[in-house]
Amino acid sequence: MMSYFNAFWVGGLICAIAQIIIDKTKLTPARILVLYVVIGAILGGLGIYKYIEQIGGAGATVPIMGFGNSLAKGVIKEIDKNGFIGIFTGGTTATAGGIAAAVFFGLLMALIFKPKEK
Amino acid sequence: MNYTQKEYSDYVNQKSAKSPIVRDTIIAFIIGGLICCIGQAFSDIYQKYFGLNEEISKTAVSVTMIFLGSLFTGLNLYNKLAKFAGAGTLVPITGFANAIVSPAMEFRREGLVLGLASKMFVVAGPVLVYGISSSVIVGLIYYLLGVF
Amino acid sequence: MNKRLGNQTVKILNPVSIISAANVAGKKEGEGPLAMYFDKILSDAAWGEETWEKTESKMQNFAVTNAISRANLKNSDINYILAGDLLNQCISSSFALRDLNIPFFGVYGACSTMAETISLGSMLIDGGFAENVAAVTSSHFCTAERQYRQPLEYGGQRTPNAQWTVTGSGAVILSGSGDGPYITHITTGEIVDMGIKDANNMGAAMAPAAAETLKAHFVETGRQPSYYDLILTGDLGILGKSIMIDLMGDYGYDLRDNYDDCGCLIFDAESQDTHAGGSGCGCSAVTLTGYVMSLISQGKLKNVLFMATGALLSPTSTLQGESIPSIAHAVAISSSREDSGL
Repeated sequence: MMSYFNAFWVGGLICAIAQIIIDKTKLTPARILVLYVVIGAILGGLGIYKYIEQIGGAGATVPIMGFGNSLAKGVIKEIDKNGFIGIFTGGTTATAGGIAAAVFFGLLMALIFKPKEK
Repeated sequence: MNYTQKEYSDYVNQKSAKSPIVRDTIIAFIIGGLICCIGQAFSDIYQKYFGLNEEISKTAVSVTMIFLGSLFTGLNLYNKLAKFAGAGTLVPITGFANAIVSPAMEFRREGLVLGLASKMFVVAGPVLVYGISSSVIVGLIYYLLGVF
Repeated sequence: MNKRLGNQTVKILNPVSIISAANVAGKKEGEGPLAMYFDKILSDAAWGEETWEKTESKMQNFAVTNAISRANLKNSDINYILAGDLLNQCISSSFALRDLNIPFFGVYGACSTMAETISLGSMLIDGGFAENVAAVTSSHFCTAERQYRQPLEYGGQRTPNAQWTVTGSGAVILSGSGDGPYITHITTGEIVDMGIKDANNMGAAMAPAAAETLKAHFVETGRQPSYYDLILTGDLGILGKSIMIDLMGDYGYDLRDNYDDCGCLIFDAESQDTHAGGSGCGCSAVTLTGYVMSLISQGKLKNVLFMATGALLSPTSTLQGESIPSIAHAVAISSSREDSGL
């Protein structure tokens, strides 16, 4: 049960910080996503994000920061394994599942559903 | 006008309605936290009942959450939740799925290729561009540190 | 007699009447405070069409066709049709009106279009170039949203000063032979830009333009705010309206008694969650053709100053970080010729 509590507050906190930035700075949501994914990649590269992940579990991996972390971690892993080429292959290898899912489900949903008025 | 542009802008800022930041933040915290708990539940299920290892289950959770975000977008529910939840629905990976599915749906009428497919990344594309690019830079630095 | 009263204001000497008006509004507008003034309220945003753009064109066609038949005229009696909308290259208008066989001028004034088309139409008639002119405009929430903002299903929060694009279209027929209400004065706005860059705060961007036009109108006609039963801006919204009152107060004109804004009238901001209020070409068009025309014909309003406001921005200029040039055109409407001093 503790893992759910931790996922809740870590994930919630990451979202709450983004909300404060949006309300305070007029940064558009798209910029927040970019900011978060870059921060995730930097924290992943510095080896810091894994500690957040140890505490938060899905609370750290589900937010888009976790995507940045996966990209950076994947790159490092592939460099260790295959050298220089890993710089380019590692990130998308580690996140291939998510990217393919987003593209495919995007296509599927757009074929099935129509946008509705608000 | 009796105002300079600067004076007018200050006057407008002071007069403008402000976002209810405390309420927004609390709701973002709760909804964002709950979405992560759903992710945690899938993670537990995949590891306990499907015997997936931790790494694979992480990917499986991402795929699942993206599916759910896409489906709720298609069902015209995600934007309704997002109106209240703000960053609570934006920041989780489900928000990334919403950013991909919503323009794909919206521009379906402009055709399957130049509408749906090419507009799919108008909102989410920057995340991939800057996410992947920063991982390459991270990798470059890591590699160079290893060489020297 | 000189028709030009000043740099911006002209007096219409040969009588020009609004001989008929018609409109159509969307579902949300039909749930708002002005519902009883709409000729038709759509039950859904699509109105049986495949695309939102087609729906908007259909609305504009409906409004203008109804206005013509209400005036007991045929298409061939209309000398010119002046129309515009918010979409790129004004497609709503050109697609809506392509089968009418009426000489067409497309105009763009963003949300000020209704006042712009009425201004130009009145001058065409006063100048003797036309007997009957149709003026029409439209906007649709779904077409405007996809062009200016985000896809409909995108999960975003609207900022507190954002406005809601009205789904609606309004048309009037202006005629040189008619017995009112009369168009008596036109004050054409200059472009005003006070450096506001936030496309989600268009009321603040447009209010200075409205204030400048209104001030010019008062100075050049010698009138005071109290001359009018109602001074009505197009879509400044709640914030813009309050800025407008402040700015005019600075100029020494008190607007508190008889001033309102179509964007504030058309929705109930609290219950309909429209934040700062309505916007779009259709906002002022349906309010004028519905609410204002009804109250004039009931004798509840005699002198009205209708002043539609436009934010002359584009998605490109917003992305490039440009500020928002704005405009407001004023049209003085009077139910009797004597009252208007003609």
